[in-house]
Amino acid sequence: MADTNDQAQADGSTQEAATTDQQPDSLSGNGTSDEPVEGPWTQQSIDIPDGPLEETLSFETYPADQVEHDELDIDDDEVTDLLRSMLLQRRFENRCRQMYQRQKISGFLHLYIGQEAVSTGSVNAIRLGEDSIITAYRDHGMGLAMGMSPEEGMAELFGKKTGCSKGKGGSMHFFDAEQKMMGGHGIVGAHIPLAAGIGFAEKYKGTDNVCLCFFGDGAMHQGAFREACNLAGIYDLPVVFICENNQYAMGTAVDRAFAKPDLFKHGYNFDFPCSLASGMDVFSVNKAVQDHVENYARQGQPSMLEVRTYRYQGHSITDPAEYRAEGELEERKSEDAIVRLERYMTDRGLATEEEIEAMDEEVKQEVTDAIDAADAADFPDEEALYDDVYAQEDFPFTA
Amino acid sequence: MATLQFREALRAAMTEEMERDENIFLIGEEVAEYDGAYKVSKGMLDQFGSDRVIDSPISELGFSGLGIGAAMNGLRPIVEFMTFNFSFVAFDQVVNNASNIRYMSGGQFDLPIVFRGPNGAAGQLAATHSNSTEALYSNFPGLKVVSPSIPDDGKGLLKTAIREDDPVVFLESELMYGMKDEVSEESDYTIPLGEARVAREGDDVTIVAHSKSYHVAMEAADQLEEQGYEAEVIDPRTIKPLDIETIVQSVVKTNRLVVVDESNPFASIASEVTHQVQDRAFDYLDAPILRVTAPDTPAPYAPNLLDEYMPSAEETVDACRRVLYAE
Repeated sequence: MADTNDQAQADGSTQEAATTDQQPDSLSGNGTSDEPVEGPWTQQSIDIPDGPLEETLSFETYPADQVEHDELDIDDDEVTDLLRSMLLQRRFENRCRQMYQRQKISGFLHLYIGQEAVSTGSVNAIRLGEDSIITAYRDHGMGLAMGMSPEEGMAELFGKKTGCSKGKGGSMHFFDAEQKMMGGHGIVGAHIPLAAGIGFAEKYKGTDNVCLCFFGDGAMHQGAFREACNLAGIYDLPVVFICENNQYAMGTAVDRAFAKPDLFKHGYNFDFPCSLASGMDVFSVNKAVQDHVENYARQGQPSMLEVRTYRYQGHSITDPAEYRAEGELEERKSEDAIVRLERYMTDRGLATEEEIEAMDEEVKQEVTDAIDAADAADFPDEEALYDDVYAQEDFPFTA
Repeated sequence: MATLQFREALRAAMTEEMERDENIFLIGEEVAEYDGAYKVSKGMLDQFGSDRVIDSPISELGFSGLGIGAAMNGLRPIVEFMTFNFSFVAFDQVVNNASNIRYMSGGQFDLPIVFRGPNGAAGQLAATHSNSTEALYSNFPGLKVVSPSIPDDGKGLLKTAIREDDPVVFLESELMYGMKDEVSEESDYTIPLGEARVAREGDDVTIVAHSKSYHVAMEAADQLEEQGYEAEVIDPRTIKPLDIETIVQSVVKTNRLVVVDESNPFASIASEVTHQVQDRAFDYLDAPILRVTAPDTPAPYAPNLLDEYMPSAEETVDACRRVLYAE
């Protein structure tokens, strides 16, 4: 993948004259590290060079239909697993919509339909339980992709005590500490600094684990995004910032909201390697995330990836999405990641249509079983209202 | 015992805890190379190195969130706000993330993090730099709030706060950092959260006051003694959880209560103490509970206005005399 930093510096004198090329690379951020700059004092010149200053930028891209599974160290069985995961996410979300209509699910409900390749391709590129993932409120797909059972997920949505967050979090707050699924966060952009901290802890403890931080296009407007990127940059944290650009922040189209709608380029402001991938091909996503994770291992540098995708449903369950252009949804659906993977598998003899159909039926049954289990489970006991507010078990709550 | 400044007592607490547990680190603006904006962390960079005493850019939202993420992933951060006035740009991180993640995850994550720094007015700094935040933070379930008034409590409570598995907002004071007093030298000196300190015993009137207001209350108690009244002064030390029992026991004895709190009055700690005492000890009260607080205005710059703004010993004496019907 392209390293924009190198590219910029290869441009020569302007970069060298304008800024220091010495970058502190430890946790300190104060100029002391294994290969220290001279001190905490500024290394920056105030002698302004003749202009214009020019930089050559380079960004890697990962279009759809460009990479095959065997090039990604994905074996044939794993391809089947990827399809199964994507089908599970879609069937789960479809039934969620129905369960909301039946008033089994309340509150906000943001469906992931259309974006399944992003979660699935990403999770396959990391070591589950070691590397971590944190995401925003459209989190069901990510939870399932990371191995959360549909029962735990559906029970959470039903508000049951068997839910992944014991019925305390609901749709926007899926957590699975064991798998290092760090949430599920409802305030737009607020989880991005947490990713910096999760990565900070990995570096502090000396592991080689990375944190994938997913956020939507809308979250990039928040100051939290900028602050987190800058901290990750100065402390060289093992974080891959992944903008899951599904084209709309609620109803505001991405190009109506950004002065610079090429979102991947925003990472350049932090000297991050940046790239752009299709979110409608699970292998494109997988390759991109693998490269970004490897980049950290090789360069010790955070990075930014924009994945372009599309949500088929409205922002939330109550949004009819009337802001779309006529025919837009149908056009995007023609790029559907599940249809693409099914075609890929049948074209290469990895599965027959019948086998795929049978797998889909199994997955549907799995979701139906999850609904039945969630329905049968109990709501939390009333005392649970006071559980898990504090680690302290005898906290004297104000009456 | 050693005679230490407040800042030295706080530094001793952090240093001892960091020596004990390598998962503890300190992050904030100017904590390392600058030795701390108020020199609380002086020398800690030299002792612990730049991996554990970490200068951050002016990015409170960012480094507070970083601390919370690190706490979710096994570390025990101490996040220093240069002052709690600047915590407002990190408010969402503290009140929405630190306080709620344990609950919303069904208890899957501990949040062992301390947010510490000076709080309240500190001279002629004008309104944006003079906010008292204890009532705000103690309104959010999931947070604990500590506000010591003497160096020894500062050390013992900060060590406890650092060992807590819950997020703690630890409120100090610029004006108290130079205050010298006896401080325990025990290496394992901790004071439990939620235990008030009866600083002075008396039978006539109870005064509850924390942080700088505690010193106002003690001065008032001295003046009252000269006038023939014995005030009992209680320093809650921890705002949340509040040791209401100790306060109620005192009121049962004195039948009179004055709360000194430099916060603005509406929905303040003074309001909360007042409510809880009338709820538990209504029949023991011989007079309405009175508050001595800042007025319901922003903090002014002009020295005469600031004097008027801050709670004083004289106002406290007056309030006590009123509940004693001594006028």
